[in-house]
Amino acid sequence: MTTVYDDLSDAESGDVPVNRIRFSINGKKKIAEVEPRLLLSHLIRRGLGLTGTHMGCDTTNCGACTVLVDGRAVKSCTMLAVQADGHEITTVEGLAGASELHPLQEGFRQEHGLQCGFCTPGMMMAASQLLADNPDPTEEDIRWALSGNLCRCTGYQNIVKSVLWAAEKLRSAG
Amino acid sequence: MYPSRFRYEAPRSLDEAIALLHDGGEDAKVLAGGQSLVPLMKLRFASPELIVDINGLPGLAYHRQDPDGTLRVGALCRHADLERSALLAASQPTMAAAAPLIADPLVRNRGTLVGSICHADPQGDWASVATALGAAIVAAGPGGRRTIPVAEFVTGPFQNTLAPDEIAVEAVFPAAQGTRAGGYLKLERRVGDFATVGVAVALETSGSVVTRAGIALTGVGGSTIAATAAEQALAGRELTPPVIEEAAAAAAAAARPKTDHRGSAEYKRHMVATFVTRLLSRAGPDAAAEPGTPGKAA
Repeated sequence: MTTVYDDLSDAESGDVPVNRIRFSINGKKKIAEVEPRLLLSHLIRRGLGLTGTHMGCDTTNCGACTVLVDGRAVKSCTMLAVQADGHEITTVEGLAGASELHPLQEGFRQEHGLQCGFCTPGMMMAASQLLADNPDPTEEDIRWALSGNLCRCTGYQNIVKSVLWAAEKLRSAG
Repeated sequence: MYPSRFRYEAPRSLDEAIALLHDGGEDAKVLAGGQSLVPLMKLRFASPELIVDINGLPGLAYHRQDPDGTLRVGALCRHADLERSALLAASQPTMAAAAPLIADPLVRNRGTLVGSICHADPQGDWASVATALGAAIVAAGPGGRRTIPVAEFVTGPFQNTLAPDEIAVEAVFPAAQGTRAGGYLKLERRVGDFATVGVAVALETSGSVVTRAGIALTGVGGSTIAATAAEQALAGRELTPPVIEEAAAAAAAAARPKTDHRGSAEYKRHMVATFVTRLLSRAGPDAAAEPGTPGKAA
């Protein structure tokens, strides 16, 4: 990965701290050289070109940038990229197989779980941790698990239905 | 938004972390869950020159109970670990009630109890819970370890008594002498918002008599408020309606709320009394008669 450090003052130009990290993203091993202040969300979007992870508020409020770190859903705008060292990251691009959608993606299509789609990747990633922890969630469980993810189209009803749909599909697939 | 430029170290031992902080002095900052620090750095409210990331330190992700009932929470124990803890559900009603109310599920996956207390946000929930339970912070520094009661540890908004080369490694919650009761109630505009008002009640009872009462208030002053007059109104007494009313009034009097976008000072003070009444009523002998409440979290 090529990184450009711009707008450097003379004093800084010889002395930008850079850390080398090893991590995996969607099952692929990577090595990157990052400045410590680079956010994980920027590493994912700009460094790796995986633009499925959206940046909404950039202030730890909206959850659009949710990814899994070692299976736990976190806000990637509130974690430093350098902290990914030694960890496994999963983004929305890692949900689907080569030829078919993940049941969560299918569920969002079947139940009309999105309108503008901006919050959708974060919703799916938060839901994927829920379904890994609890394959048979109630509607209340889903609302609780997604309470850190905001949808400004107010599509919550269908988002909850989408996750219920996915849970059932995953269970029936065994 | 980017934080300003800093150097990053991820030590693998506590000694190494303390040495890094010692060398970094006032310009160094410990990073644990990062759910308060990283946003502050992005907004440039905080611009440390050195970040010492303690997430790689071994043996700090625990919460466990000693044989005598003392609860210990390590610096890397996440809110989500406490939310799902069978130990807390069985033995710590105030903490079990607070854990699911911290921020939102995504923040709870990363943020830590110890970090939240260190951050000392007047609207932080754990500092109130820890104050009500008489908890202490264990700090490790170059000279060894010391234990600081949370009530003395938090000295003001975003201020604590840690030296620049000390790391808070553990929060210690003392064992109960009597039967534990209590809970935590929080008024928030939406999930993930800071508390408009939060009230922590931690009681120990023997029969129907309160043997120890801890009450602390979130979001209604410049820092966490220990409602000592309300605690004294309960000690040695039964939770009868007049006693509850007296304690609620004393807690409301201890609040120092300010009018802001979350509500008027008067409203917040009123909510303190309402929450104290609700929590004490649930803990008292008439708890079963109160409709529509989850009752004691244990």
